[in-house]
Amino acid sequence: MTVPRFWRKQQSRYNLIGTTCSTCGQYFYPPRNFCPECRRDGKINEHKFKGTGKVVTYSIIRSASDQFSLLTPYVIAIIELDEGCRLTSQVICEIDAVYIGMPVKQTFRRLGTDGGSGAIFYGTKFIPA
Amino acid sequence: MRDVAVIGVGCTKFGEKWDTSFRNLFVEAGGLALEDGNLSGDQIEEIFVGNMSAGRFVEQEHVGALIADYAGLATDNIPSTRVEAACASGGLAFRQAYTTVASGMADVVVAAGVEKMTDVGTEMTTDVLAAAADREWEGIAGATFPGLYAMIATLYMDRYGLTREQLAQVAVKNHANGEKNPNAQFRKAITLDTVLQSTLVADPLRLFDCSPVTDGAAAVILAPLERAREFTDTPVRVLGSSQASSTIALHDRRDICTLDATVAAGNRVFEMAKVERKDIGFIEVHDCFTIAELCAIEDLGFCKKGEAGKLTEEGVTALNGSLPVNPSGGLKACGHPVGATGIKQVYEVVRQLRGEAEGRQIDADIGMTHNVGGTGATVVCSILGRV
Ligand SMILES: [Zn+2]
Repeated sequence: MTVPRFWRKQQSRYNLIGTTCSTCGQYFYPPRNFCPECRRDGKINEHKFKGTGKVVTYSIIRSASDQFSLLTPYVIAIIELDEGCRLTSQVICEIDAVYIGMPVKQTFRRLGTDGGSGAIFYGTKFIPA
Repeated sequence: MRDVAVIGVGCTKFGEKWDTSFRNLFVEAGGLALEDGNLSGDQIEEIFVGNMSAGRFVEQEHVGALIADYAGLATDNIPSTRVEAACASGGLAFRQAYTTVASGMADVVVAAGVEKMTDVGTEMTTDVLAAAADREWEGIAGATFPGLYAMIATLYMDRYGLTREQLAQVAVKNHANGEKNPNAQFRKAITLDTVLQSTLVADPLRLFDCSPVTDGAAAVILAPLERAREFTDTPVRVLGSSQASSTIALHDRRDICTLDATVAAGNRVFEMAKVERKDIGFIEVHDCFTIAELCAIEDLGFCKKGEAGKLTEEGVTALNGSLPVNPSGGLKACGHPVGATGIKQVYEVVRQLRGEAEGRQIDADIGMTHNVGGTGATVVCSILGRV
């Protein structure tokens, strides 16, 4: 991922900042600027998530693209945050320790490196809670 | 809306075609379709071509014009449009061509699909395919494309008690069909052990749960049904073609194990074609991974959620079963040149309905296609029938 594209969402990625719609009360992470429920009647505000949730489903990636090949095998999961929305993230734990329903919490980690520029990206991953 | 028929079809052999370029793949498939429909190039009024990522696979954009040019049609100046919906690009091209003919905008229209994937290495291919999902919020976390389908499989197995053997049976069945298809990339039967002992790619999915990297192209030619006999003695009628979208990211789905776009596209096409599930003789579904075939059968309404594994194990979806699925070998054994797959599915249905499928022939009047983009953000379904 190029530097400008990453930088644009840096606050979201570093601090788990998403959005919420005050009209319907839904939370969005990844952030949305337009509420799919209320559409034009939606009122979107920033929201910092507590950073705790549980594993909905997972896989162990054994074969990855260039950017992640040094990390294999690693755990990828869909995580449901306590506020109700879902995101995709790595879970840092032994590969046979992950399970459906596993409680997790956010942590700040290196996400990857841009192949071209060598820039290192940091952001949110999850660890067992 | 006018009735529409397929009047000619062509498909290259699928596989690793080191000696064939991107443009020549298309030219080969298009030439076969013209020959099949007994048409000359100057009768073609418009082209739609499905292609996912020529820009990254062969560093070529502007595919529509390139294709028309190398098909020898540059001097006719016909409209030629590339359409893209990741792995559903071919299905999209078919539906665009169908609506163009049905609306009366044009009479003789080509729907094609082409992908040249083997010019880049495996890691690059993994990265290109990851762009079919949400680059910024799935890809950046390290979710590969097989990894996303693997997460569907993990939850599905936990929820419905699907066994690893039932999942493997999908690949065994599709390889058995592929063995009988002269265009298939893999013409070799496999056993459950072949699947269960293959390398893990993204748990629980192994190498033989995944469709391969493939070069290939396919083309079909559409015309108004009332003119179809000018070109061919065996026109096949398009009873309907539908398209649906859903969330780009898997994590945003209402249910991780259900492709709501499949449900929507399926319901729409059955309504449009005025046929019922029991009228369908066979289906070509999007088995990019073994788990995807099971979801497709269920989400199209052929059985209840969680039952497709058992049906597969019992042989219901085999060539001689009551609902044959993927007689071509599917994406798994026939190969998956992503932009071409949706057209190859139509090609297979037409060859079956015309009674030309030789060793894999099914006796049926109506067949169906199901083509998925990404993890289900786009789905195109079509139903075709004998005239
Ligand atoms: Zn709202």
